[in-house]
Amino acid sequence: MADRHNGKVPAVEVQDLTVAYREQPALWDVDLTVPSGVLLAIVGPNGAGKTTLLKAILGLLRPVAGQVLVFGQPVVQQRRRISYVPQRGSVDWDFPTSVLDVVMMGTYGELGWIRRPGRRERERALAALEQVGMRELSDRQISQLSGGQQQRVFLARALVQDADIYLMDEPFQGVDALTERAIVTLLQQLRAQGKTVIAVHHDLQTVPEYFDWVMLLNVRRIACGPVAQVFNEHNLRLTYGGRFAMAAFAREVDETAPAVIAPDRSRSGGGDHGTGAA
Amino acid sequence: MTAPQVEIQLIAAIVAAACALPGAFLVLRRMALISDAISHAMLLGIVVGFFLTQDLNSPLLIIGATLTGLLTALLVELLHRTGLVREDAAIGLVFPALFSIGVILISRYAGSVHLDTDVVLLGELAFAPFDRVVVAGWDIGPKGLYAGGVILLINAALIALFYKELKLATFDPGLAAALGFSPAAIHYGLMGMTSLTAVGAFDSVGAILTVALFIAPAAAAYLLTDDLARMLLLSAGLGITAALSGYWLAFLLDASIAGSMATMAGVIFGLAWCFAPERGLVAAARRRARQRWEFAQRMLAIHLLNHERQPGAEPELQVEHLWQELRWDRGFATRVVSLAEERGLVTRQDGRLELTDRGRLLAQESLLA
Repeated sequence: MADRHNGKVPAVEVQDLTVAYREQPALWDVDLTVPSGVLLAIVGPNGAGKTTLLKAILGLLRPVAGQVLVFGQPVVQQRRRISYVPQRGSVDWDFPTSVLDVVMMGTYGELGWIRRPGRRERERALAALEQVGMRELSDRQISQLSGGQQQRVFLARALVQDADIYLMDEPFQGVDALTERAIVTLLQQLRAQGKTVIAVHHDLQTVPEYFDWVMLLNVRRIACGPVAQVFNEHNLRLTYGGRFAMAAFAREVDETAPAVIAPDRSRSGGGDHGTGAA
Repeated sequence: MTAPQVEIQLIAAIVAAACALPGAFLVLRRMALISDAISHAMLLGIVVGFFLTQDLNSPLLIIGATLTGLLTALLVELLHRTGLVREDAAIGLVFPALFSIGVILISRYAGSVHLDTDVVLLGELAFAPFDRVVVAGWDIGPKGLYAGGVILLINAALIALFYKELKLATFDPGLAAALGFSPAAIHYGLMGMTSLTAVGAFDSVGAILTVALFIAPAAAAYLLTDDLARMLLLSAGLGITAALSGYWLAFLLDASIAGSMATMAGVIFGLAWCFAPERGLVAAARRRARQRWEFAQRMLAIHLLNHERQPGAEPELQVEHLWQELRWDRGFATRVVSLAEERGLVTRQDGRLELTDRGRLLAQESLLA
């Protein structure tokens, strides 16, 4: 595997990481090397430890074994270079605050304790909202947002942090088509700027289209690498086990043809991938 | 008003405002009951502090009580974290244990001093003016006023200083941690603030009713605004209102001041719950009623759209038959038709309904949505 991509220090390096909740392992000895500048999807069944891995990379969970390096250093020293987009459902959207205020929270890290955000932070937050197409909703109370709008607020908040690595927990979960496209555009912009994106992703069908690297995870690491090399039937079966139902999957994965795959919990209304059709 | 009356009201208002500020964050963090636990459990700290110092005015009592409050929060957290007990049960297990030790100690050893169970439960606001601060022979006011004032200032200053951190850690603890603001530090900071405030409120309203001053004004403020800063100010304002109106209720009824203040806090919440402009029961009922009529008009429009070009569907379009076709109440159908006419969705000719362009558009939109 590409330990050193372009001879640069990897953006994220996870070594022998085991994380357990009450002696119940959520991750078993996971290794992961993410070169700088890739869009990496983490896929795996429910309970595979995807969110746990993100949180461990962020330093929010203490591993039982192993370590995480961010640009070659412990994450505590690199906090400013990482930005986190949690699952939408992880916060209370009835909290009394506005869209702009939530986005400005992205600037709190560099402000540090006590200092208040000022005009500069406000301008940056507005610019980030512009980028996700939400500027005209900046004064809106957050309880009035749709699911897609909530997701875009979170993305704007991550953009404001101006980090080098973006960790996203299911950014496409339950969003409308418009938002999905907006997120994809954003991911491409981030890649063009040389940023690294690590996203937990559920829709296997869109992996080859949206991402260039993929990690298959099910408590332990099944495979990780460029989509064209590791995103194949064999690895998917190892990851999803018997529950993985194939609609159609090219035997030899062709680099150009997008694979059409349906996990058994395929998204409702997910298009015309009936069985038999390839 | 006599001077003691003014002083009692001032103390009550200051204590209520001091409680309402951390109360707002407790409500938002869904930790309302922890304030009840703290205000009970710290009795133990006061009693132990009293035994150590033999002086009810010693600052050690305040420190002891504040530490006991923090201990309560810590024990609840530890018990909850074992995974064997839910948080509400953990609260219900921890504070009665601490509180009852305090009660036993008082009843066993402190029977002769003025630390008695009545005062502990309900406070002694009515006697607050007798406890004066005297500096160099000058009487500069009741002690309760200074204690409450200092606590209010500390709370206001801490919240003003750490407003951003409290907001972030309350809304999104995960992000707070990722950005390097320790949510645990903020949690225990807030618990410390709550404990100190509860000590101040303890003298005035006792252990049982303190929770009313923490929660009711904040819960009411939550229903009245969408902005955190405004919620904090409103919460303090409503707390003061409850304190003053409670005092006069007690005066009129010749009853307990603490009980009356807590009652008024409840009444204020009840008013907000019913009449809050957007979230109140009345506003919600109005909104539902409006939606019901709106929805009925859409149904009517879709019904007409479905049948307008249909041969032999003439009865479907008759005002007189409409209620039977749709199985509606006759009065309801008549009202819906006249509302739709007012809005220009339908026109009526010889008892026959016809969609206007606007009505057709509404029906088509509704079908697409």
